[in-house]
Amino acid sequence: MTYITKPRLHHPTLPQNKLGYTRRDYEGKVSTLCAGCGHDSISAALIQAFWELAIEPHRVAKLSGIGCSSKTPDYFLGNSHGFNTVHGRMPSVLTGANLANRDLIYLGVSGDGDSASIGLGQFAHVMRRGVNMTYILENNGVYGLTKGQFSATADRGSKAKKGAVNQDSAIDTVSLALIMGATYIARSFSGDKKQLTPLIKAAIAHEGAAFIDVISPCVAFNNHPGSTKSYDYVREHNEAVNRLDFWPSREAITVDYSEGGVIEVPQHDGSIVRLRKLDSGYDPTDKINAITHIAQASAKGEVLTGLLYVSPDAEDLHAHLNTYEMAFNKLGEKDLCPGAGMLEKINAALR
Amino acid sequence: MKRIEAVNDFVVKFANVNGSGSASANELFAKSFLRMGIPVSPRNIFPSNIQGLPTWYEVRVTEKGYLGRRGGVDLMVAMNPQTWNQDVAEIDPGGYLFYDDTKPLPKSKFRDDIHVVGMPLTEIANANYTDARERQLFKNIIYVGALAGMMGIEPEVIAELVGEQYKGKEKLLKPNLNAFHMGLNWAKEHLKDAMGLKVQRAYNVGEQIFIEGNAAAALGCVYGGATVCAWYPITPSSSLAEAFQRYCSKLRVDPVTGKNKFAVVQAEDELASIGIVVGAGWNGARAFTSTSGPGISLMSEFIGLAYFAEIPVTIIDVQRGGPSTGMPTRTQQSDLIACAYASHGDTKHVLLFPEDPYECFEFAAACLDLADRLQTPVFMMTDLDIGMNQRLCKPLAWDDSRQYDRGKVMTAEMLEAGKEFGRYLDVDGDGIPYRTLPGTHPTKGAYFTRGTSKNAYATYSEAGADYVYNMQRLLEKHETAKTLVPKPQLIPAKEPARFGAIFYGSTSPAMHEALDALAWQGIFVNALRVRAFPFQDEINDFVASHTKVFVIEQNRDAQLKTLLINEAGVNPASLISILHYDGTPITARYITKEIAEIVSALNIRPIKRDRAA
Repeated sequence: MTYITKPRLHHPTLPQNKLGYTRRDYEGKVSTLCAGCGHDSISAALIQAFWELAIEPHRVAKLSGIGCSSKTPDYFLGNSHGFNTVHGRMPSVLTGANLANRDLIYLGVSGDGDSASIGLGQFAHVMRRGVNMTYILENNGVYGLTKGQFSATADRGSKAKKGAVNQDSAIDTVSLALIMGATYIARSFSGDKKQLTPLIKAAIAHEGAAFIDVISPCVAFNNHPGSTKSYDYVREHNEAVNRLDFWPSREAITVDYSEGGVIEVPQHDGSIVRLRKLDSGYDPTDKINAITHIAQASAKGEVLTGLLYVSPDAEDLHAHLNTYEMAFNKLGEKDLCPGAGMLEKINAALR
Repeated sequence: MKRIEAVNDFVVKFANVNGSGSASANELFAKSFLRMGIPVSPRNIFPSNIQGLPTWYEVRVTEKGYLGRRGGVDLMVAMNPQTWNQDVAEIDPGGYLFYDDTKPLPKSKFRDDIHVVGMPLTEIANANYTDARERQLFKNIIYVGALAGMMGIEPEVIAELVGEQYKGKEKLLKPNLNAFHMGLNWAKEHLKDAMGLKVQRAYNVGEQIFIEGNAAAALGCVYGGATVCAWYPITPSSSLAEAFQRYCSKLRVDPVTGKNKFAVVQAEDELASIGIVVGAGWNGARAFTSTSGPGISLMSEFIGLAYFAEIPVTIIDVQRGGPSTGMPTRTQQSDLIACAYASHGDTKHVLLFPEDPYECFEFAAACLDLADRLQTPVFMMTDLDIGMNQRLCKPLAWDDSRQYDRGKVMTAEMLEAGKEFGRYLDVDGDGIPYRTLPGTHPTKGAYFTRGTSKNAYATYSEAGADYVYNMQRLLEKHETAKTLVPKPQLIPAKEPARFGAIFYGSTSPAMHEALDALAWQGIFVNALRVRAFPFQDEINDFVASHTKVFVIEQNRDAQLKTLLINEAGVNPASLISILHYDGTPITARYITKEIAEIVSALNIRPIKRDRAA
């Protein structure tokens, strides 16, 4: 961690977004994670994405579980409400928060211990329910805060810092999210901000359960030879299926586009996700194809990154429950209480 | 041979097979008394099973309005061969056994101190119906007809009830009425004067309603403004969430858009259901979950978070027999300690104890207000006896001028006006800080919610002074809760009394009856019905002003007594526990006997101050 607090004052020429905010307005407290931690790069990508989208920071609710990754929401969007819940249970709290006020943007931040071990059940069910959120899994394959135990996403055969070899099968969160019904699924690498930032932006625009698994090396316990979640390993084995361009709907889409192999995926809010295909065979709207591709890459020892799946006609939990347009937390007696007259009728039917 | 003769005061027990369609026939029987102005108190005694195992329905007919379980059986309607022996054995001497005598039974299967009334129910059903399902269902209605004929239940009353039940389903209405009359006529012809239990029109029901506690609690949540309900199925609480869904789909759908002003999520487990409620409460919606003991155990971690991070949460615990899976379909008051101190570390939670469906409604709505006001988990401690049985009670009441108490929520305007915001800062001296809801203001009032220690401004802190400030403030808040929760109710004896009795929850009807019975024996007891935890000073004063105080509970370990000693500082030596915990609802007979025995034992002791009134 750094001990030097950045001054709040900044250079007047720092670029501003449409709201007049600079990137600094999207920062939070100073990180207490180790220097070089992949998680801090993810926080930086989140700051960049929210700034570029010109989302008012206070319209975002950040929720997390417990662990190194779950501490990060304190380090970005300082003007947003944050909630460090209990270990592995961020998904349920986020679901409840989302039901209470559908007007905010919900960001869930979790780690591999949080999501793949103690919270595997909640991880699966929040995807099934289609809660409208951006769920970032900061995946380093290791328990950092308790000093280096394997997590459930550690690959079989990978080595811990002290030499122990993992004998358990790894849980592939991306495949799991896909099977469980998440409607936007991506994987990226914390060291690849160029790929990660547009993936986050498109996830935010997606109205449904959006999941991004971000391989994020742990410099303290999982950045050594023998680890499959180290900077070097991921850089060598990274196979990107596509490069993403994302335009929010509020801007005219006037970008010249002559390049071949581009798919446009319209989102519910009117924005458009454009995929520049690196792998010509890859169609991210084809779920079966996505499952096959992920499995094939895994068999080759490759980490498939990019937008792996997106459903253009996704629906969220509010649609499933047919909920009222106005946020529940703004409804009062007049909206909610059926009144004494109705109660008298109910009483009468109970005699 | 003795023959029990009674008018409007007896107990009828039906022994049936689960899933045989007996429930609606038995309910029809129970309701017919209400329509004749006679209070009844029915109880389902059922197994943890869907089909095939024994189930009983016990109807206490009580003109005086004693709604507790009486104990004993005057008439057994024995429709289940599996439980024949125990059912026959349970009948009070001089009582009645009504059974299907289509197949003759050996004499050894009966008792000679009871009156046996046989009727060829299967034969009649088989002669009139060809479909196997119809034969079974109408057999139930036929025996209701026979009982009505023998006891003198007015057929018009049954016709009215059947008419209401099958309104718009004429196809079912007629056959049901026919079956009823078949039984009625057969009994009038063949069973004249077979029964000493008689019914006479009375006027003791009045405006009262007949409702299950779970349904009333669900309505309380609707009226109290709950918009989010997250739950996981568990007996005996499932029907509460289901009733909330049902009432909401009638009362909470926007007529213009057809959209729901409610969200019900059947979660994957209790961990998720409480998590959803915590998330919704944090974000300013009124939310609740309903569960039972095992669910409380699972929810404990989140309850601690909600206590420490100060998030409004309403939990309705419909208690059943514990520990572990315990007795899923039997009643107990055994989650008091688990709820009062739920979660690790130092915690204390607010508990409300409703006595009947009327209070289930009132307290459910009150819990939602209290949770918002106190920013903490609030429990309503009901139980299977109240929750899953239809109970006669006062009509539910709501005052249209009532406003929801949303507690201390700081708005954008207040922040803009420069009001100081410290999420965990005690500004009013009541231990309750202000909170902001997510999304309130672009630059002011945001904070980070966490289960770790923090200072008054919600910044992470492991400083001892910050931690102690918070923990002391939480105690202060608990003191404030005393002034907000329902006060205990005093039931004074008619004569000056040295003895007191403290009771709560579903023990109430049995206790009232026991007080009358004791007074009739010359034992006068002042009673106090505790309605909430934390305990008010009145409770302490009550204990102090009596030589001995009985604490009547439906658990093994005297959990309320433990709480009274721990939290109200009452003298343990002045408390005597009366405990009933076999899973059946406590009876007036049991309470009366226990208290009378102890009083008599205390009276023969030479110490004069222990002398009973």
